[in-house]
Amino acid sequence: MTETPENPGHTVPEATVPDPLDPGSVAAAVDAALAAIAAAADLDGLKAVRIAHTGEKSPLSLANRGIGALPKEQKSAAGKNIGPARGRINQALTARTAELEAERDARILVEEAVDVTAAPRRRRHGARHPLSTLQERVSDVFVSMGWEIAEGPELESEWLNFDALNFKPDHPAREMQDTFFVEPLDAHLVLRTHTSPVQIRSMLERELPIYVLCPGKVFRTDELDATHTPVFHQFEGLAIDKGLTMADLVGTLEYFAQQLFGDEAKVRLRPNFFPFTEPSAELDIWHPGAKGGARWIEWGGCGMVNPNVLRATGIDPEVYSGFAFGMGIERALMFRNDVVDMHDMIEGDVRFSDHFGMEI
Amino acid sequence: MRIPLSWLREYAAVPADATAEDVMAELVKVGLEEEAVHRPTDELSGPIVVGQVLSKIAEPQTNGKTINWCQVRVVPEGAKQTLTGEGIDPSGVQGIVCGAHNFEEGDKVVVTLPGAVLPGDFRISPRKTYGHVSAGMIASVKELGIGEDHDGILVLSTLGLDPEVGADAMDLLGLYDEAAEINVTPDRGYCFSIRGVAREYAHATGTAFTDPADAVVVPTAAGEGYPVRLADEAPIYGEAGCDRFVARTVRGVDPTRPTPPWLSARLRLAGIRSISLVVDISNYVMLELGQPLHFYDRDKLSGEIVVRRAAEGETLRTLDDRERALDVGDLLITDASGPIGIAGVMGGASTEVSDSTVDIVIESAHFDPVSIGRSRRRHKLPSEASRRFERNVDWQIADVAAQRAVDLLLELAGGTADDAVTNVGQAPEPRVIELAADFPARLIGREFTEDQITGTLTDLGAVVEPVDGGWRVTAPSWRPDLETREDLTEEIIRLVGYSTIPSTLPVAPPGRGLTRVQQQRRRLLNALAAAGLTEVLSYPFVSEQANALFGTSEEGAAAPAVRLANPLSAERAFLRRSILPGLIEAAKRNHSRGFRDLALFESGSVFLPGEQMGTKTIPPLGIKPDDDVLDALYAGIPHQPQVIAGLFTGLEVPPSAGVEARAWDWADAVDVVQLMGSVTGVDVVVRQGAHQAFHPGRTAEFALRSGEVLGHAGELHPKVSAAHDLPARTVAFEIDVDRLFDAAADIIVARSLSTYPTATQDVALVVDSAVVARDVLETLREGAGELLEDVSLFDVYTGPGIPDGSTSLAFALRFRAPDRTLTAEEASAARDAAVALAGERFGAVQR
Repeated sequence: MTETPENPGHTVPEATVPDPLDPGSVAAAVDAALAAIAAAADLDGLKAVRIAHTGEKSPLSLANRGIGALPKEQKSAAGKNIGPARGRINQALTARTAELEAERDARILVEEAVDVTAAPRRRRHGARHPLSTLQERVSDVFVSMGWEIAEGPELESEWLNFDALNFKPDHPAREMQDTFFVEPLDAHLVLRTHTSPVQIRSMLERELPIYVLCPGKVFRTDELDATHTPVFHQFEGLAIDKGLTMADLVGTLEYFAQQLFGDEAKVRLRPNFFPFTEPSAELDIWHPGAKGGARWIEWGGCGMVNPNVLRATGIDPEVYSGFAFGMGIERALMFRNDVVDMHDMIEGDVRFSDHFGMEI
Repeated sequence: MRIPLSWLREYAAVPADATAEDVMAELVKVGLEEEAVHRPTDELSGPIVVGQVLSKIAEPQTNGKTINWCQVRVVPEGAKQTLTGEGIDPSGVQGIVCGAHNFEEGDKVVVTLPGAVLPGDFRISPRKTYGHVSAGMIASVKELGIGEDHDGILVLSTLGLDPEVGADAMDLLGLYDEAAEINVTPDRGYCFSIRGVAREYAHATGTAFTDPADAVVVPTAAGEGYPVRLADEAPIYGEAGCDRFVARTVRGVDPTRPTPPWLSARLRLAGIRSISLVVDISNYVMLELGQPLHFYDRDKLSGEIVVRRAAEGETLRTLDDRERALDVGDLLITDASGPIGIAGVMGGASTEVSDSTVDIVIESAHFDPVSIGRSRRRHKLPSEASRRFERNVDWQIADVAAQRAVDLLLELAGGTADDAVTNVGQAPEPRVIELAADFPARLIGREFTEDQITGTLTDLGAVVEPVDGGWRVTAPSWRPDLETREDLTEEIIRLVGYSTIPSTLPVAPPGRGLTRVQQQRRRLLNALAAAGLTEVLSYPFVSEQANALFGTSEEGAAAPAVRLANPLSAERAFLRRSILPGLIEAAKRNHSRGFRDLALFESGSVFLPGEQMGTKTIPPLGIKPDDDVLDALYAGIPHQPQVIAGLFTGLEVPPSAGVEARAWDWADAVDVVQLMGSVTGVDVVVRQGAHQAFHPGRTAEFALRSGEVLGHAGELHPKVSAAHDLPARTVAFEIDVDRLFDAAADIIVARSLSTYPTATQDVALVVDSAVVARDVLETLREGAGELLEDVSLFDVYTGPGIPDGSTSLAFALRFRAPDRTLTAEEASAARDAAVALAGERFGAVQR
């Protein structure tokens, strides 16, 4: 009988070589080996056990080697004793190896754990300006309705900015626009005060019917403060078709408002004056998600295209009618996304854009 | 326009308990915009009563002042004081210390009793001063918020008043009234009058309107009054400068009489300061009827009044005592002495009414809006009168307004009116508009009853006659804005209610979606953001110096820029030729806020004027210009390409555990531009470049294969960084993306992907340091032939082992054949051919 080492370390005490013809002593060797295997705490320990119990100098190997010296008639019996015994030990070794490897692997994963919250930032995270992304989002609503997006220059001919839009040369309405003029004055160039010149260009250049949205930068001589900026963004819509009515204008604005502000959104028109539309209206939208509760918000102007504007672009007002509307993007950003100060939009403070990422 | 409610009530059925807010809410329904509420009682509250000074004892003080210790009766003699509270004397007589001296015992004054509050949150309470307890204050007009005069207290007799002691002084002075201020759109000149707004109020509420013009009885003229001749030799757009001039003469007036408080209170609420009785009457009539008037001192007039254009070199001293050079376009009122007024804008000093005026000539005229507007702009003289004339005054009201002024003068200033009336001019043709019966429905998209159409138009004051298939509508004289069937339709739906317009969604024909360029721009901007850059926006206004430096690559080269005629700031009077100045400012602002590690970009227009700047003339409105006229308009508009610029300062990412902080450098700027090429699928060629704002040795120029330059990238010139307070080694790029998008292929043709193994060969070539890597790389590509799949630069080395003035460039060449596995010999042969060509071109020697 051999005793199970109390401390299954890397050294295994010398064991007596079992008699291959004595099943009892072979079984004892097997028991000793299995006990040692079970007791191996890690792969290194198991390696020592493997050498001690299956290595060349292990009791069973030595006993196996001793078979050769036995008389011929005893060899078979001895082999039947030793062979399965070694098999059992090898099986146990394989099983224990798998167990210990699994334990080791699991331990390594535990040891490799990191504080993911301490991950360093390796890449810079950029951002779009929210005015740009909001403008794109607005454009997408209209594109989904089959409208197209039209663009034009920011420095424009006075004719395209005013006269073609039925602003009479000496009418006070022309002064309401707070225009930036360009030198020399008789070059008749202005920084466009609205994106309406793009509407005129569309009417001059496009095939009828026309359904276009004209987003872009516009200019008025207002000093920058919390709610004014000399450079801002607008989007204006224009539809010219046979039989368009003011009800179509209301329906279009309502659909658009619902896309941008949710199904609860509504629109309201109030009488107003613009030279380029008749009838003209001020546009309010019912903003269900407004900070401090749903309410009406003044957003822009709209109306039925004045026949003089149609005539200026060669469209017969007896055949075609149209509607137009215009809203401010900055204003939308203020009440939709709760930006309270215009300065934030124009000063280029990275915190402003970065907060929005590429969303709006 | 501010509307005192008491005034509006005279002509419209405004409920007695309605506030200014209520009135505005009604007016908003018919298209007037609410502006503000003016309510004296928001700042002022009683008890403020009429008091009588019983005694006034002057007491000199040690500080050199003399104060008056007054006993002031504030309840009628024999009556009991009914007010109670701290400082209210039950006897009805208050002891008050008063610093002013402009009153006598027996005078009636305004007493603000303890408990009263005056404008500026000035609370009246008994206080110890100069050895007395002063229980109240004898008020000046300034303290009451009804005037500027602070020299003395208000003695009621100077206003012509002798009220009962104890009477409510706030009522007496019209301080319980309030005004609604509305914004009037330029087409609604008639709403610059109580008359017009009362009519709109009636429309909004469906209540009765009393026309103030109806209450004025214009007598039949007994002969010609003061001689007036209309002699405009240079009408604008064919419109005579003056087409009606009514003149009335009132003799023997006393202009020194006080303006009664009811009148000055209304003017004050309407936003007009009380000047003198005569001027106040003129303003009162203007506010009530919308007709600006001018009063002349008849004794200062000489000879016939002639309305004409100014002659070259004429001048006029206007009422504001300024000598003004007149323009030949100015319409003038003249007499034998020369100009006595710029018509409709401002009168002259020489004929001004004064305290010594005895006889007055009233001018009530109708002027051409365009002419008045031009003179007003030319002389920068906006006035209540010009504002109304520019928006057109009712031609028909001139004689009514003159009569109203006559009536008020006789009532308040005394005197007698001449029976003779001057009334020259020619009434304009009434505007007649054909309105087809179905037109309003076709334009609005809802049906209207006949009554909704004809009833509304009649209410407006139009004359509606039925004709075949519709109506013939004659617009009222005060509505020159009504010219077309669309104008009439707007009036109908305005009064029926915009809220009744139904909602229908028109279906547009199938669209083409975003254009390719619009899609490319979005992809590019998104790619830059994804690459870690932050999009910002800046103003396009820059200085001349900024354009000269950033707007052209060569120092001193012409950089024509658009100059604004009316810039917000003289330092930034030009439109940008480059976005970089705006980005630099944004970077500086971020620095000042503690953000030094930046990667910014902006996409926008730059303005590059060419030979032609605009057009000298512009076509008229309402007619499509001929194609050549349009072409000329377009050709005159400066080129405005879309560019994208970026600026990097500081570190790519902030330093953190395990990550070495890396500073942005020139290669980042170059790389981002290469990224822009990849995103758009355009082969962007980089080469050594030069730009005055950039480091002379660290500037890349980008071009298309065609040679067209796209822009620059690299390190800013150290002097530029320093001059703009930017950190050293700030890097930037700026690219014309219009050109980039133009160069993008419509269809990108795929390459076939060989799956045979690669053969890789590295070569290190020693070349003169002046040779740029890209040229060597391109040469290797050319020399290696078709088997070369890719070549890349993987090392640049100078130092031991390399001759001075030379650089070792190490390239990895990857070979692959489309149809077989390459042998080592084939790959080596191709490599040798490549090296040989590089040797031939640049003297490159393999290490």
